[in-house]
Amino acid sequence: MSNNVYQMIARALAEYARCIDDDRLEEWPNHFHGACVYKITTAANYRDGLEAGIIFANSRGMLTDRVSALREANIYERQSYRHIIGQPSILSVDEGEVHSETPFLVARILQDGDTDIFATGRYFDLYKLEDGEAKLNERTVVCDSSRIDTLLALPL
Amino acid sequence: MAEQQTIPKQSHEQAWPAEGLTRVPYRVFQTEESYRTEQQRIFHGPSWHYLALEVELPEPGDFRTTKIGDTPVIVTRDSDGEIYAFENRCAHRGSLICLDTQGKGKKDFSCVYHAWTYDRQGNLTGVAFKDGVKGKGGMPDTFRMQDHRPRKLRIALLHGLIFGSFSEDVPLIEDYLGEEISSGIERVLGGRTPVVLGRFTQVLPNNWKLYMENVKDSYHASILHLFFTTFELNMLSQKGAIVVDESGGHHVSYSAMDREAQKDLEYARQQIRSESEYKLADPSLLQGFDEYHDGVTLQILSVFPTFVLQQIQNAIAVRQIVPRAIDKTDLNWTYIGFTDDTPEQRLTRIKQGNLVGPAGYISMEDGCVGGFVQRGIAGAPGQEAVLEMGGSQAQSSESRVTEASVRGFWKAYRSNMGL
Repeated sequence: MSNNVYQMIARALAEYARCIDDDRLEEWPNHFHGACVYKITTAANYRDGLEAGIIFANSRGMLTDRVSALREANIYERQSYRHIIGQPSILSVDEGEVHSETPFLVARILQDGDTDIFATGRYFDLYKLEDGEAKLNERTVVCDSSRIDTLLALPL
Repeated sequence: MAEQQTIPKQSHEQAWPAEGLTRVPYRVFQTEESYRTEQQRIFHGPSWHYLALEVELPEPGDFRTTKIGDTPVIVTRDSDGEIYAFENRCAHRGSLICLDTQGKGKKDFSCVYHAWTYDRQGNLTGVAFKDGVKGKGGMPDTFRMQDHRPRKLRIALLHGLIFGSFSEDVPLIEDYLGEEISSGIERVLGGRTPVVLGRFTQVLPNNWKLYMENVKDSYHASILHLFFTTFELNMLSQKGAIVVDESGGHHVSYSAMDREAQKDLEYARQQIRSESEYKLADPSLLQGFDEYHDGVTLQILSVFPTFVLQQIQNAIAVRQIVPRAIDKTDLNWTYIGFTDDTPEQRLTRIKQGNLVGPAGYISMEDGCVGGFVQRGIAGAPGQEAVLEMGGSQAQSSESRVTEASVRGFWKAYRSNMGL
């Protein structure tokens, strides 16, 4: 594996986190290719091979809809995330497709300032490299805990 | 005689407001005494409590642990093929007997503390060093293993659901639920074999009863949940009804999609957010399949005190509500499909899972609104909630613009609590 691939993945991870934490959710779907899968699940479901997600999208349109719903429809207290992304492990590189696993920690900051560790877990990713840039074909967000505090509004 | 300022007694024995079912004193969501009394009179009282799905324990030796209120419980299948449940508490010194959430091939349950061992039905079968070592120590001759065991539960099975009760006085499940509620469960689960698609726990920042009120509250559904209204999943003007059972504690609320219906003028008049420009970029989310052939796209069914069966289009789930503290509640979601789902149908269920759960387009708000109430009433233990929508009774209604089933919950609650 070349350092170049590692750097592309690391850059993609950093930009993804920054996009959500900066509340630029409208740009969030751009981190995915058109045909994509995004799923949030738990380590227990992942281990047991249970398919359902807390969020499941298999098109970029569904990601766009998630953002529209958060902006237009859903009601929740104002909040923001801070993603702390660990070092990616590159699991395989094959004809421009890269499998990687990356640990994350997300703190949630509520409007009154209450800050807690909202989620920890791993991203299991399939990136496709195009024009020197890594974009997601698949991201499975596997939360370590099965418990979600109150609600999950913003994507992880 | 000097005037004495009397502090109102924060007791559950304190009289319920004279208005009856149309008032709920906020103190019942706030006091240690309410919480403690509920553990005894409701969670150990003559009610049925959801424990697990039968398909989660397919073979002898399979087990799951869960809770009824504060009380930890082990659910097992024994070699006779029957389901058993007993308290997850060693009869010796009270330790949890089983620490795992689920497992297979368990021959017996041995407490880690002193290795007291129980069979799959909760009978004590072994006590480490019972006869001492080298003739010294050990249990006295008067100790008999059959006198000691964790409390066993009565079990009721209904269309693949396992219910348990600590009470000897609990009615048969069919009598407990009544005909209409039973058939609502049968409609969704009858004659089918479920498949667990996922399990999620949502931690609610509120008293458990605020969630049960929310589940039974058809009045809020199309107001708080904009997603519903926008896509005409649940306009209150649609065909639908609420069924409240005799006890008040159980309910079914259902509605049928009416795509041909004109935009509802009532909503426009009330200026409720139902005329949004919001359109889905990928409408396949809502393209379900006709599963029940009765036009009903939404059925929410609750069993007193803490069970919910949900059909929202093809998103089927059971919800178990477990109080953890006065103002903290676990909402355990189990999403299900069925063994005869085609791959396309299964994918539809997974996609419609977006509607429900901790991130659900139409259930997300229910995760926080109970907390808004819990915080809102913090300084008002002497005040009361008003439940007058649709009258003062707790009976079935063709209109869903009613709080009848919320009043029903309080009717059953008061009856159990002796309030």
